[in-house]
Amino acid sequence: MMITLTVNGVDYSVTVDAGRNLLSVIRDEVGLTGTKEGCDDCECGACMVLVDSRPVNSCSYLAAQAQGRDITTVEGLGTADALHPIQRALLEAGGVQCGFCTPGMIMSAHALLESNPAPTDEDIRIGLSGNLCRCTGYARILAAVAQAAAEIR
Amino acid sequence: MDGDAPVSFVIALTVEQALEALTTGARPIAGGSDLVVGVRQGKHPLPESLVAIDRIPELLEMEGTGDGLRIGAAVSHATLEHAAEVVGGYTAIADGAALVGSPATRNVGTIGGNIMNASPAMDLGAPLMVLDAMAELRSTAAARRVSMTELWTGPGETSAAPDELCIAVTLPSRPPRSGSAYVRLEYRRAMEIAVVGAAASVTLDDHDAVTDLAIALTAVAPTILAIHDTDGLLGRPADTILDDVATLASEQASPIADLRAGDAYRRQMVAVMARRAVAAAAGRARGDTIGVPVNRSTGVGAAR
Repeated sequence: MMITLTVNGVDYSVTVDAGRNLLSVIRDEVGLTGTKEGCDDCECGACMVLVDSRPVNSCSYLAAQAQGRDITTVEGLGTADALHPIQRALLEAGGVQCGFCTPGMIMSAHALLESNPAPTDEDIRIGLSGNLCRCTGYARILAAVAQAAAEIR
Repeated sequence: MDGDAPVSFVIALTVEQALEALTTGARPIAGGSDLVVGVRQGKHPLPESLVAIDRIPELLEMEGTGDGLRIGAAVSHATLEHAAEVVGGYTAIADGAALVGSPATRNVGTIGGNIMNASPAMDLGAPLMVLDAMAELRSTAAARRVSMTELWTGPGETSAAPDELCIAVTLPSRPPRSGSAYVRLEYRRAMEIAVVGAAASVTLDDHDAVTDLAIALTAVAPTILAIHDTDGLLGRPADTILDDVATLASEQASPIADLRAGDAYRRQMVAVMARRAVAAAAGRARGDTIGVPVNRSTGVGAAR
């Protein structure tokens, strides 16, 4: 089927099977590979994107479901020359090691800070509770989000 | 997903369009948090024909009805977790919704999907049962309302016909001095499924004696289990019935053993959950401030 997806404000018309997940279409048809495939069954959060500003696991969400909605991926937040405050804070705080979980973490953190600019530590933990990291032990990621929140405020 | 792809996907914008699609064999999809995740996990193939129901305005509404609350079937867990009318009057539902999956799961998962998926471990099931919820089912031919007891017939099975769509869940108004709560045993604090759980609804008189009591249990039977024979506990202060509540829960549970827990462990732990649910519901009926969800507010379940 032919569908139009709006990713980071740009419309992409793609022809896909109706059973294709949003993740594979973003990576393979749209061509944005910042969003990662981890567990592929909604456990790890590496595939997190925003759909109408809310975090969604794109591995388990059909591309067809996302028609007409605003999809935001990590490429929509910052650039190498102008990092988003969350990205900069993750680097400064040491919240990135292998980096595979990082795009998903950033998207969850971004959604959290957009809806709650002054989160408590507990709010941050809940906001990131659908994102697994196997490297950092989380402490520096949580600190980075708190730092970014303060900076954005 | 090659080979499992549906041949058609249509987006319904009205209930009538959705019901028409069901008559041709399409299956409804809202967030897909059970349907699509099940496909990813290899539990089942994706249906050949899907009708998306998550943009139908009637299914997204939540409104007071004068004698209660009507929640559209596509209202998300994220909405239920925070909505003032749910937190204020039907708190057990907010407790359950707040425990589902992660923020992403709660954004896409819906109350209609949760009850029609009919998992015996569903977190909204026991709350809805103790709050006397009814499901509105509609087809092109008819509309009917069924209780949760009538709806759930087995694990993953309901009494709804394939051409019936859950439109809404309705809840009767709550008497004064009533409270409700849901707690569950969990091994971790997110992306978790209830090991066991319990919901309670308690109404107190002016002397804090229990005048009405309902308890339902999660993940200890083929469906959500309503506890019977609670009448003998009425007329007593809530804190004096907790041992009896625990005994009833343990006696009436019929848990299985699986990789998540043994049957004997489940039977013992559901007694603890039932006791805590009744205590929290009674506390709320008295006006105590117990945050949503009870698990986080009182430290039940996994350690902080």
